[in-house]
Amino acid sequence: MADRDAFQQFLLRMGDNTLVLGHRVSEWCGHAPVLEEDIALANTALDLIGQTQMWLGLAAEVQSEGKSADDLAFLRDVWDFRNVLLVEMPNGDFGQTIMRQFLFDAWHSIMLTRLRSSSDARVAAIAEKASKEVTYHLERSGDTVVGLGDGTEESHQRMQAALEYLWPYVGEMFASDAVDAAMASEGIAPDPASMRADYDDLIGRILSAATLTLPDARFARKGGRDGRMHTEHLGHLLTQMQWLPRAYPGASW
Amino acid sequence: MAQPSTDQVWDWLDAVPDPEIPVISVVDLGIVRDVAWAGDTLTVTVTPTYSGCPATSVIAMDIETALRDHGVRQLELKTQIAPAWTTDWLSTKGRKKLEEYGIAPPNPAGGPKHCPRCGSASVEKVSQFGSTPCKAHWRCTDCLEPFDYFKCI
Ligand SMILES: [Zn+2]
Repeated sequence: MADRDAFQQFLLRMGDNTLVLGHRVSEWCGHAPVLEEDIALANTALDLIGQTQMWLGLAAEVQSEGKSADDLAFLRDVWDFRNVLLVEMPNGDFGQTIMRQFLFDAWHSIMLTRLRSSSDARVAAIAEKASKEVTYHLERSGDTVVGLGDGTEESHQRMQAALEYLWPYVGEMFASDAVDAAMASEGIAPDPASMRADYDDLIGRILSAATLTLPDARFARKGGRDGRMHTEHLGHLLTQMQWLPRAYPGASW
Repeated sequence: MAQPSTDQVWDWLDAVPDPEIPVISVVDLGIVRDVAWAGDTLTVTVTPTYSGCPATSVIAMDIETALRDHGVRQLELKTQIAPAWTTDWLSTKGRKKLEEYGIAPPNPAGGPKHCPRCGSASVEKVSQFGSTPCKAHWRCTDCLEPFDYFKCI
């Protein structure tokens, strides 16, 4: 049943994005520059992991092979992950982490707003819940991008460098393939390409307030959301994230 | 034992404290969405505050323990995510208790009305996130005390 497969792929894309980014952000726990930022990052990670439970929970339900969200998170290998490359990129410095968060939050907030009117009631319910949290994430990452971009010479230079480093990974969020076409034709999810104009408006406004310059290049690195080729970073992340349930199968609290 | 009325069950639940902000009950928090009998089974529908809030599973356990202590034998706890929880569902009593406890209640304007300690309206945001997912960190510029603000969502 091709449509169910496409739906499953779509749900994995949503859930793997939040899972991988949630894990990345949680790597800051106890290491952020100041306590308030540590708490903010931990809370953002928590929201993303919570959203992952809903997306991967639904993915497991649709798959109906008796698996749980945890099975999908912890027992799949790199090539089965469907997150965009952007979210698996390393944290770098605090500026790079915030820039990655902002570039993702902007896409995420537009995506969830569209998904609130999904023809699938379960998808609409998750989007409704998650979009409240993501609106808040975007407000914070956007404010911080402006604060640091339009900050000191040092912070400005670091934010510009972060933008240039991450920019090639933005395009993948708007790539469309057969899965997207199937989702769009059933009214389950928007064609990502149709969100690009809104995205450019949104980030253009904030990056300009941050006195940052958008790189010219439109070249996009791809291969995450279709699982064709992840970066080397994802495997390292998974060894950290998955070792416990793999070393001790069935372990519980 | 005769089947307790749903009103009775609501009263019992109103005595179950929120594990992270124990001055308010799970009913004050607005997360108990429905209480109903289906034959001999009591169904309690709960909605999470934030999707990743670690208190959610503790709350479910506390509700179950409280109802079992009151003699409810057959209990089903349902989780419902739609409609999504909103701070509009906080009870008036809950808002008052939050403020007395030193947490500024949610305000649609996007920030606390005044300092819960001295009442001054001169307040400033320290951080958008606080000690739990539902709170932000603010400070009073008159009495200089920091305080939690219950985020409005
Ligand atoms: Zn004060």
